[in-house]
Amino acid sequence: MALLSCQDLSLGYEGKPILEHISFEVNAGDYLCIVGENGSGKSTLMKTILGLIRPMKGRVETGEGLRQNEIGYLPQQTLVQRDFPASVYEIVLSGCQGRQGLRPFYTKADKALAWENIRRMEIEPLAQRCYRELSGGQQQRVLLARALCATRKLLLLDEPVAGLDPRVTTEMYQLIANLNRKDGITVVMISHDLEAALRYATHILHIGARIYCGSVTDYLSSETGAPWLMKGGRKA
Amino acid sequence: MSLSDYLQMSFVQNALLVGVLVALCASLLGVTLVLRRFSFIGDGLSHVAFGAMAVAAVAGLTNDMLLVMPVTIGCAILLLAAGTNAKIKGDAAVAMISVGALAIGYLLMNLFPPKGKANISGDVCSTLFGGTSILTLTNLEVWLSIALSVVVVAFFILFYHKIFAVTFDESFAAATGANTRLYNLVIAVIIAVVIVLSMKLVGSLLISALIVFPALSAMRLFKSFRTVSICAACISVICAVTGILCAALLGTPVGSTIVVADIAVFALFSLLGFLRAR
Repeated sequence: MALLSCQDLSLGYEGKPILEHISFEVNAGDYLCIVGENGSGKSTLMKTILGLIRPMKGRVETGEGLRQNEIGYLPQQTLVQRDFPASVYEIVLSGCQGRQGLRPFYTKADKALAWENIRRMEIEPLAQRCYRELSGGQQQRVLLARALCATRKLLLLDEPVAGLDPRVTTEMYQLIANLNRKDGITVVMISHDLEAALRYATHILHIGARIYCGSVTDYLSSETGAPWLMKGGRKA
Repeated sequence: MSLSDYLQMSFVQNALLVGVLVALCASLLGVTLVLRRFSFIGDGLSHVAFGAMAVAAVAGLTNDMLLVMPVTIGCAILLLAAGTNAKIKGDAAVAMISVGALAIGYLLMNLFPPKGKANISGDVCSTLFGGTSILTLTNLEVWLSIALSVVVVAFFILFYHKIFAVTFDESFAAATGANTRLYNLVIAVIIAVVIVLSMKLVGSLLISALIVFPALSAMRLFKSFRTVSICAACISVICAVTGILCAALLGTPVGSTIVVADIAVFALFSLLGFLRAR
C-alpha cells in the first residue's frame, strides 16, 4: 500500500466544489510537486490531506504505518508569526507537540530530537535567537526543522520558497532534495516554480481544468503538461 | 494615615490579594490574546458582562454572577472558538457584540431602574470604571477569586506548550494532531472568567489595559515566549500592587491608577527597547 493515497477526492468550501475527482498515490521516497494556476485548489488539497478540511467526497488514506499526525507540514507564513516573540528552539520543539498527547511537558527524547533537527538544518548558532529577527530563508529553515520533528517519513511543503531571493531559493531546494535523497523522506510540495519542480521532483500532480498525475518524464509529453510548458515560454 | 496603617486593614489586604491574582491571570492570557490579534476581546467581553449585569439588576437577582458568568462565557466561545469558521470575523464580531451588549444594558437600566438605586449614571460609571468596588469585597468573593486564579495559573502552566503551539501556528498544531478546538474552547472559557473577575477590580472599560499592557511591555524587551510570559506576569503584579497602594494613599480611583502604572512601565520598556536597538 502507498504511503498516502487519495481516492476520488472532491474539495470545496461551503458546498461549492473547487476540485473534483482527484485520485493519486504517493509512494515512499517520492518527490511530488503539485502545480497549477492560482486558485486551482493546491493549498486546499494540502489542507485536506492534513485533515484540516474535510473533503466533500472521497477519502485520504495513509499507509505503511504512517499515522495522520505523523505528517510534517510547512505552512505558508502567517501574519501572526511575523512579529512573534519566540526563540528558534521553542519553535522547533513545538514540532514534537503532536506526539505529546495530554502530557504537559516535553521529554528528554523530544528535546534531543529538536536539537538533532536544528543541527540538521544548520541553524544551531541561531537556536536562542528570536524568530522575528531572522531572514526569510532562516525562518524557513526553522519551520522545516519543526516539521521534521513531527515526522520521519512524509513532509508536506506549501510553497517553501515564496518570497526568498534566488540564492536562498536554490539553497532551500537543495536542502529539500537532500532530505528526499539522502534521508529517504517523502516530499509533497506545492510550487509555482515549474522549472524547479521539473528539476527536483520525481512526480508531478497538475491540477486545474485538466488533471495529470505521473512521473516528470511523462508529464513533459502529456496533453496537460506540454501546452502549459509552451505557454510559459519554456522548452520541454 | 500612613501606608502601614492601611496595610493593617483587612479590606486593603483583600484588595491587594485579589488585585494581584486577577492581574496575574489577565497578563498570562494577555500574551496569547495580543499575539493572536484579539487585544480587544477584553473590552468586548467586559461590555457583554456589563450588559448581563444590567439585566441581572433589572431582574432583581441578588447574586448577579449566576447570570453574568454563563452569558460572558457563551459570548467568549462564540468569538474565540468559532473563530476561523465564522462568517463575521475577528475584530468586526468583537465590535458588534461589545457595542450591542453595552447599548442593551444601558437601555434596560434606564427603562427599568433597579429598586433602591436612584443614581443610575453613578451605578453605570462604577461598573465601567470600577470605582471602589475592590475595597468592598465580601469574603465569598475573595475566596472565589483565589480559587479561580489558582485554576487559571495551573491551566497556564500545564498547557503552556500547547498554548504556545496553538498561538504560534494553529494549522500546524492541528495538522500534527493537537486538539486545537478544545484548547480554543478552554482558553475562551478562562478568558471570560478572568474578565468577569477583573471587572470588580478595574471596571469593564479598563480590563483591556490589564490584558494588553503587560504583554506589550514585555515584548519590547524580551524575545522568547517563555521570558515574555514571565515578564508580563511580573509587570502586571507589580503594577497592581503599586496602583492599589497609590490609590489608597492618594485617594484616586483604583482601576485608573493601576492602568497609569501599566502605561508608565510600557513607556519605560519602550524606551529601553529603543535604546538597546540603537
